[in-house]
Amino acid sequence: MMPKKSNEPFFWSLFSAGGVLTAFLVPVQLFLFGLAFPLGWLDAPGYEKLLVLLKHPLTRVYLFLLCFLGLFHWAHRFRFTLYDGLQIKHLNEVIFTFCYGGAVAGTVWAGYLLWNIH
Amino acid sequence: MRSAGGYTEYHPRWYRKRVSTYWWLHSWAYFRFILRELSSVSVAYFVVLTLFQIRALTRGPQAYAEFESPLIIVLSVISFLFVVFHAITWFNLTPSAVAIRIGGKRLPDILIAAPNYAAWVVISATVAWFVLGG
Amino acid sequence: MPQTITLEVTRYSPESDTEPRTQEFEVPCHKEWVVLDALNHIKNELDGSLSYRWSCRMGVCGSCGMMVNGEPTLTCAAFLHSYAPGPIRVEPLRYFPVVRDLVVDITDFLSKLQKIKPWIVREQEKPLSEGEYLQTPQELDTFKQFSMCINCMLCYSACPVYGLEPDFTGPAAIALAQRYNMDSRDQGTAERLEILSQEEGIWGCTFVGECTKVCPKNVDPAGAIQQYKLAATMDWFKSVLMPWGAK
Repeated sequence: MMPKKSNEPFFWSLFSAGGVLTAFLVPVQLFLFGLAFPLGWLDAPGYEKLLVLLKHPLTRVYLFLLCFLGLFHWAHRFRFTLYDGLQIKHLNEVIFTFCYGGAVAGTVWAGYLLWNIH
Repeated sequence: MRSAGGYTEYHPRWYRKRVSTYWWLHSWAYFRFILRELSSVSVAYFVVLTLFQIRALTRGPQAYAEFESPLIIVLSVISFLFVVFHAITWFNLTPSAVAIRIGGKRLPDILIAAPNYAAWVVISATVAWFVLGG
Repeated sequence: MPQTITLEVTRYSPESDTEPRTQEFEVPCHKEWVVLDALNHIKNELDGSLSYRWSCRMGVCGSCGMMVNGEPTLTCAAFLHSYAPGPIRVEPLRYFPVVRDLVVDITDFLSKLQKIKPWIVREQEKPLSEGEYLQTPQELDTFKQFSMCINCMLCYSACPVYGLEPDFTGPAAIALAQRYNMDSRDQGTAERLEILSQEEGIWGCTFVGECTKVCPKNVDPAGAIQQYKLAATMDWFKSVLMPWGAK
């Protein structure tokens, strides 16, 4: 008659892994591709070079993992922020679906994009 | 449900204050906490931005060159600040969660946080090196 | 230093009030007085009907916890001169139902504490004839910090999740569960995990960290909870990936 064991550990581990990975990698990546290159602070690598770098299987795996875990990190954290911040726990099924569903959708799109680079 | 002291769990005469929806504005600590949690939105922004950039890249040099706008730059600046905030708060909290003991004595927090920061610098430099053409 | 200081104290009479109100008292601002001294002065000299809990007046019993200027504090440790010139707002511990004035109903905390089995659990009790349990200083060190808890519930008042989520076990109870889990004499880790790994047991915690900030005994409940999450997660993966384990 034990109430059922929570499956939170699964989502929490994705959140934690995502947290670690994004903490180490997102600042530099966002700095380069979101600030330094568009604003001309650093010389962006040429289009050809970027494409070559992107096509490399290791780059694709790296980016896929970053996107996958980054999205699930967001999903878990944002879900709890909505629960606690806005006290809309009664909508928890909707929130759960929106957050993890969104993360799944993003991951699938990332997989599709990274698979189909020619 | 009867609990230990013989009280019923809900006693009509006890005053229960409802927690305000804006509890997170009631102290700086709570506000900083919510900001920290909202940094996850910046992580999601980064992922979406990256995926759009990859898509533009695969559509040719013209598409890639045209993929920028002042709005994206503003959002990227804000997100960058949030993402750095995420990294710093994450590394500062890691020692609490990871209690390493050597010979029975617990490792001081700084000895767990510092290697994280060092790794952050090394990893960032490595990524930059790969991107900038190493 | 001012001669007197004003205390804005919450009053609530369940017989006559539907909501708490604030009453102001002016008390002498002695150099060595704490908020508890001021409350005692109020009760002795100004208004004998004021109700509040206190006992040891030296920070070891955990009875006198209240909100002082919005922060969960032991009133026996809050010096009046730190708040000078005042006024000082004294309210009952946040997130607990108010019974009267500054007294809160702590039944919820006590029932959650009891649920996590805060005692040495053994598969087989060791008979007296076999003598005492032996424990090295290193083994003691692994859980000593968490054993310092005086059950003052300041951490519960600091924790927004406890305020929002009725089923959340709460900082002190989880820290105490961890205290026993880490005790070399204890064999109840699996039992406690069964209870705490239910929905909401520990997973409501979002590591706000305020509990550790307000703890007067440096228990670091936030750290205890994160460590517990790691342990619970590894246990979860083990049970999912290797379900034939002895259960």
